[in-house]
Amino acid sequence: MTAAILIENILQALVAGLLIGAIYGLMCVGLALIFGIMRVINFAQGDFMMAGMYCAFFIFGPFGISALFGNVVGPYVAAILAGPVLFVAGYLVHLFLVSRVSGTNTATLEGEGHYAQLILTLGLALILTNGAMILFGSQPFSVRSPLAISAWEIGPLWGDRVSVFVNKSRTVSALISVATIAALGWLVARSRLGKALRASADNPTAAIYMGIDVDRSHRIAFGLGIAITAIAGGLLATNYSFHPYVGLEYVIVMYAGVVLGGMGSIMGAFWGGMTIGLIQQMSTLVLPTQLQNTAIFVIFLVIVFFRPQGFLGRSAERT
Amino acid sequence: MAFLRSLAPAILFVAVYFVISLLVTNSYYQLMMTLVLVWTVMGLSWNMLSGYTGLMSFGHAAFFGLGAYFSVLGHVHFGLSPWLAIPLAGALGAVAGLVVGIPTFRLRGHYFALSMLAYPLALLYVFEWLGYQEVSVPMERDHQLLYMQFEDQRIYTWLALALAFAVIVITRMVERSRFGMALLAIKQNEAAAEAAGIDTTRWKLRAMMLSAGIAGAVGAFYTVVLLVVTPQAVFGVLVSAQALTVAMFGGVGTVWGPVIGSLILIPLSETLHAEIGSWLPGIQGVIYGLAIVVVILVAPEGIFWKARDFVLKHRERAETARAVSRRAPAAAAPLPATAAPARRAPEGKPILEVRGLSKAFGGLKAVQNVTFSVKEGQILGIIGPNGAGKTTLFNLLCGFVRPDSGEVLLDGVNMAGKPPHVMCAAGLGRTFQVMRPFARMSVADNVVVGAYVHAATDAEARARAGQAIERVGLAAIQDKIAGNLTTKELRLMELARALAGRPRILLLDETLAGLGPAEVGEVMAVIRSLAEEGATIVIIEHTMKAMVQLVDHFLVLDHGEMLVEGEPESVTRDPRVVEAYLGAKWSAAHA
Repeated sequence: MTAAILIENILQALVAGLLIGAIYGLMCVGLALIFGIMRVINFAQGDFMMAGMYCAFFIFGPFGISALFGNVVGPYVAAILAGPVLFVAGYLVHLFLVSRVSGTNTATLEGEGHYAQLILTLGLALILTNGAMILFGSQPFSVRSPLAISAWEIGPLWGDRVSVFVNKSRTVSALISVATIAALGWLVARSRLGKALRASADNPTAAIYMGIDVDRSHRIAFGLGIAITAIAGGLLATNYSFHPYVGLEYVIVMYAGVVLGGMGSIMGAFWGGMTIGLIQQMSTLVLPTQLQNTAIFVIFLVIVFFRPQGFLGRSAERT
Repeated sequence: MAFLRSLAPAILFVAVYFVISLLVTNSYYQLMMTLVLVWTVMGLSWNMLSGYTGLMSFGHAAFFGLGAYFSVLGHVHFGLSPWLAIPLAGALGAVAGLVVGIPTFRLRGHYFALSMLAYPLALLYVFEWLGYQEVSVPMERDHQLLYMQFEDQRIYTWLALALAFAVIVITRMVERSRFGMALLAIKQNEAAAEAAGIDTTRWKLRAMMLSAGIAGAVGAFYTVVLLVVTPQAVFGVLVSAQALTVAMFGGVGTVWGPVIGSLILIPLSETLHAEIGSWLPGIQGVIYGLAIVVVILVAPEGIFWKARDFVLKHRERAETARAVSRRAPAAAAPLPATAAPARRAPEGKPILEVRGLSKAFGGLKAVQNVTFSVKEGQILGIIGPNGAGKTTLFNLLCGFVRPDSGEVLLDGVNMAGKPPHVMCAAGLGRTFQVMRPFARMSVADNVVVGAYVHAATDAEARARAGQAIERVGLAAIQDKIAGNLTTKELRLMELARALAGRPRILLLDETLAGLGPAEVGEVMAVIRSLAEEGATIVIIEHTMKAMVQLVDHFLVLDHGEMLVEGEPESVTRDPRVVEAYLGAKWSAAHA
């Protein structure tokens, strides 16, 4: 009896971990894209994700997506549409702010340029969080699809006891995540834009000589990274409620995932995020829920200490 | 006495602040005056670590929060008086700093900053889980003095003022001592700091402990002022951000930065919070965010430095006119170069012995089985084509790279694999092929950093640095900022920095690279004069011509292996050397 419950719990946590892990993976890919191409750590990534959540909310409601697609499909469409909106936001933020302390402008700054980026994005994070507080208040919002409270039952698998419930909404979200990553993978690997992005990442100086507009590549990369994470935020919002401070809860998830996957490796970041999702859900088996995030922090610190180059990546830190 | 004079602005600041606090009667403004000082101290704490060492901490809330909870829980459960709790919280903070620092200093750059962020956030959830969502300080009407619960709000301001003054004095002391020099050197160039004999890890840990101790103490004081502690209020990101912001805004790496930053930002954000916070609840955070963004874009190092640069520029313009005539005769005229290199032949016992030293980077065998020895007073030249492993050999000797096998014997003691600062203390001084000046420091300060290795006091270090500067002929420009020097001056400054540590052996890595023919002559004259005084030198150089005149003994490396060793005469004629330098074809044609 107890063994059956234990197995059921483990399987349940595993499924939950895989589903949430796919969304975390998408989030991490957004951050890794920015780091991989621009070598900028965006501290405000979580807050841009929060912005994506609110964006999805308003696209869903006031902008009539719910009327057009209904309550079941609407939230997912809204999540995906939050991407282009945040792409524009990210593109502009880079154009007016981030570009001043990164890319070709930091040639004279040496090591200090890195700190300028971190601190600038910290400032952006504070403005976004507290600006959202002013605009939307602290009450929780959500774009919950009716699918969020229904599940497929798999089983009984063993005797008539062990069966696993797979939440429908999370499954749809996970599938959209994977599809988004596949699309991004195609874009980066195959398209002309992707080649420009990779060239700018690999050797900005050489890319400039080859006629590639590196600053433009960086703007697009920043916008894309923000857009990807915003879509992940929109997908999360179909399952969870959110508030202006939600970015902070996910910021360490993202860093942990990206570091785990190897800084700069885009596919690595997906698997890193997936691993974090699994760890978080499995930790609920042994830890109280409030300590879930602490578990992630501890894992993050352990990874950083023992393998700062990540499990899949090479060392990207310049000394 | 000089130290007391340097405190004059601080004493003036305290006096003015005290007088103003006497005049303020509104209790809200009294509280604000206290909070300004709390954040000044918190900013100074952040500045102590991040401002001076350049390692960004996003996690000072961890120490602040631990101090705050220690004080309030100590009071609730054990009746601990804040008079005791504040210093104890400081000690607790220092211990926490040590615990955090030991593992976290293994990381650099981004990784360090991000890891620091994780500590307060992890603690935040732990304290929520422990059920300390909101802890109030119990009212002690019978023991007001004992528990720092005063009716008169101004007393808190005065206590905060005392704390701030103490921290300003500590910061000033650090700034002026070898502690501060070490931290500045680490910030500007950690590798060069190590090579100059600074135990970077130890100094960073000390800075972290001091910084965290201050944060812990001020966290404990904060509870006495606000009387309520919540995890968000003491471990939240806004606490770390506020510490960083006041320091960055006011000026990084100076005692006045956090003071200026808090004086401007805290009243601004508190007033906005009070006036319009009810309908714009996040306004404080937005103000900090905007302040950070604007400062980074306009004055990345803060108001203090921007203002100082402005003042200096004006003063300099006024002075250059007067100084032109005065400076001319003092222009670089190094030591008189004696005509004949009639040096005594080195006969001393070997100081440095290298046996079977090897290092491979993956498949690349950078240095293979290299064996040689250097006698006292000898000048050994290491030559070889690009990629022969010369610089790697130096890095192995100095401890920047750990050898895979082999021994490095200094006076018969095997030192292989010891960190650079230990090698420096043992008598290996070096210069770098790619120059590593402490670019923001003056020439004199650059050299002083190198002098601390064997100097007991600050004065002794200054004296040794002065001698070294004199010796390389840079006395005329010793107050110049290193970032403004020419290549030749930088090469000489690095030489002086290595000399100031009184090394037993001087390792010179392509000291002549990037110099014009006339400049080569000047630097060579300095090196030759050192040699005549009996210095032991190992020198890497490309220019054969320069080397032949200088060295007693050659070691030729090719593909990491020793090709030839011997007297300059024979080595330069050796066909293998010619082949390594010019290729097999050339040597066949001219055989």
